[in-house]
Amino acid sequence: MMIASPVLIVGAASDIGRAIAAEYAKAGASLILAARNVSRLEPDVKDLFYRYKADAQLMELDILDEGQREALLGKLTEVPGTVISVAGVLGDEVAAWSSVAAANHIMQVNYVAPSLLLGALANLMAERPGACIIGISSVAGDRGRKKNYTYGSAKAGFTAFLSGLRNRFGSSGLHVLTVKPGFVATRMTEGMALPPFLTASPQQVASSIISAHRKKKDVLYVLGVWRGIMFIIRAIPERMFKSMDI
Amino acid sequence: MMLSGWGRYPVLSCTARKVRGEADVIKLMASTTSLIARGAGRAYGDAALNSQMTLLMEGSDRILFFDEETGRLTCEAGVLLADILNVFVPQGWFPPVTPGTQYVTVGGMIASDVHGKNHHGAGSFGEYVESLDLAVSDGRTLRCADDENTDLFNATIGGMGLTGVILRATFRMLRIETDLIVQETIRANNLREAFDVLESSLSATYSVAWIDSLAQGDKLGRSVVFTGEHLAAAELPKDRASVPFSAKLPNGRKVPFDFPGMTLNKFSVSAFNALYVGSRRFGRSLINFQPYFYPLDSIAEWNRIYGRAGFVQYQVAFPRESSFEGISAILRTASDYGLGSFLSVLKLCGRQRNSPLSFPREGYTLTLDYPIRARTFSMLLELDRIVDDHEGRIYLAKDARMGARMLERGYPRIAEFAAVRQRFDPDRKMRSLLSDRLGI
Ligand SMILES: Cc1cc2nc3c(=O)[nH]c(=O)nc-3n(C[C@H](O)[C@H](O)[C@H](O)COP(=O)(O)OP(=O)(O)OC[C@H]3O[C@@H](n4cnc5c(N)ncnc54)[C@H](O)[C@@H]3O)c2cc1C
Ligand SMILES: NC(=O)c1ccc[n+]([C@@H]2O[C@H](COP(=O)([O-])OP(=O)(O)OC[C@H]3O[C@@H](n4cnc5c(N)ncnc54)[C@H](OP(=O)(O)O)[C@@H]3O)[C@@H](O)[C@H]2O)c1
Repeated sequence: MMIASPVLIVGAASDIGRAIAAEYAKAGASLILAARNVSRLEPDVKDLFYRYKADAQLMELDILDEGQREALLGKLTEVPGTVISVAGVLGDEVAAWSSVAAANHIMQVNYVAPSLLLGALANLMAERPGACIIGISSVAGDRGRKKNYTYGSAKAGFTAFLSGLRNRFGSSGLHVLTVKPGFVATRMTEGMALPPFLTASPQQVASSIISAHRKKKDVLYVLGVWRGIMFIIRAIPERMFKSMDI
Repeated sequence: MMLSGWGRYPVLSCTARKVRGEADVIKLMASTTSLIARGAGRAYGDAALNSQMTLLMEGSDRILFFDEETGRLTCEAGVLLADILNVFVPQGWFPPVTPGTQYVTVGGMIASDVHGKNHHGAGSFGEYVESLDLAVSDGRTLRCADDENTDLFNATIGGMGLTGVILRATFRMLRIETDLIVQETIRANNLREAFDVLESSLSATYSVAWIDSLAQGDKLGRSVVFTGEHLAAAELPKDRASVPFSAKLPNGRKVPFDFPGMTLNKFSVSAFNALYVGSRRFGRSLINFQPYFYPLDSIAEWNRIYGRAGFVQYQVAFPRESSFEGISAILRTASDYGLGSFLSVLKLCGRQRNSPLSFPREGYTLTLDYPIRARTFSMLLELDRIVDDHEGRIYLAKDARMGARMLERGYPRIAEFAAVRQRFDPDRKMRSLLSDRLGI
């Protein structure tokens, strides 16, 4: 299947975002990279050109800033063929228990802001044949756990939003892909001791995204074993789950 | 994080931080009193290890500029040579100098001033570096070139990361017309013959000899010499006449587990060598540049075949006059010890570069590798004495164990290097396990 260009990557400075940009550039797509302090991505624009002859454009975006979200939509000279929302924060779970600001920030960045942005983009893209919206959620959204339920609940909200969007456009053709990574070795998880066989590289995430995009999949777990793990975790009765330490 | 060089000896627990670009480097440098940069970790020993902070440069890997007229390439220091080959070979460009693996970074190639099979004619990688941007310990980023911060430029080339962190570099690539190499394979029955073949191959672009490290007596130093030339487009065989560059990218097969240390004992190595020397096809052949330059890259993680304890490489360079005697003595001693070397390579090098710590010098270089055993270190001490007696030097990118005296004897310009460091890093922020071991 052809990838519809341009491909707008929201949160393009992230480790996963950079890997996605390379993967789509390799596939011949043109790119719009949106991030905060976006001028730091100028070297990436050159790299994408010299490695893949890809055309990439930069757009400033703090996803929490409603004005900037609107401005981004206004600056688009054509309707994106593909949008990939990568921005997110893990945050400090314990801090979020006692600080409304900390909890709110995690919820805004992982749920409210990307959902509002994708909702607006979906309206623009609905009529475009071959268009695709990809949201990076997380396995953490599959069940709330004490270790990261603020983040997890925001991702759960985002997952539900994407699922609803998919349902709304189910017959008209706008493809919506929900990506649920397990562990990924990135800046977000740097310094954590992650089990190697459950941990993907950003490149693995990117290449499974593009292949799920091509195959028009609805939900993607990376790595695949996480689908089984989360199936089991979701199946544990709440009565038992509440006293577990996982 | 436990880190080691490619030889998996020594292993050190290091605080390792991934770097995505210049800003990260500057920030992390300011946050610590001691650090070293690390590229792909292909130096064999302890050059890219610092327990306090090791900067992982591989995420700083953007290609920033390429001039299709001149072949001038500017990139960040973490770019892998493998990526450069993937991008530019199909466009008809080749790195001016390449080591025996493509899994090295540009920063690592500069810091070790690497040499390749063309050193006798082309010199080391540093000869092609036009400029580099170096983050030095006081927080500045300095442009270094032949005519700008010249001392720092020369000290950084071959300087094992001890002058600062290389952020970006500009160097010249060479034009090629095909991705094929015309290889000539010549048998040499002893060391004298190997020297003769290498001397008479000085006009070849590439030349190198694989030595049977266990041969003794009148077979001492028996070798297979490989010379090579880039194939011209006009000489393409019929079946590839319109395909000067084939698009395949071989993916490494993995050595799946650590071999027990036993499998590479004297007999298997000797058998390997005998087989190799005995069954090669000699004469002219045409091969892709990948197997020609990177025969070991097709086996990912081949360093595991030596088992858990790891191994050391021992690479020495002698002045031309003392090369024959020095290398004969080393081969004799090594063979007496009965410790076989899996990979034993002999190469005639050309002129030395004007860099105080650059390894290659006019004369012969010999590379051996040995699994870590009780006897390994005593043998290497004996080899050190031979090296010292014949005015040789040991390659820092391979070394894991020599002492400060060998360094001073082998690198007479070490004081000059120390003076440059004193100027740009008076507090000794840039350091590694290697520099601590050697007192530099
Ligand atoms: C199979 C194999 C074959 C080889 N063949 C050859 C050969 O033919 N010729 C040859 O010369 N060498 C050869 N080598 C050695 C190798 O080329 C060098 O050790 C090279 O430096 C490795 O580059 P790296 O990126 O892995 O660097 P690392 O091993 O990570 O580091 C090596 C040194 O470079 C420094 N360094 C790395 N990046 C930077 C940076 N950005 N700024 C400052 N300093 C930095 C480190 O501090 C360290 O001192 C070979 C190695 C292997 C494993
Ligand atoms: N790593 C994992 O284990 C893992 C697992 C599951 C899901 N994920 C998800 O994968 C996505 C990418 O994360 P990553 O692992 O690649 O980590 P990362 O490098 O930390 O990426 C997070 C990105 O989100 C961006 N961001 C945060 N707040 C923003 C804002 N207000 N406006 C715009 N951008 C903002 C950050 O921008 P700056 O660069 O400006 O800081 C950063 O680039 C996230 O959604 C994350 O939740 C990660």
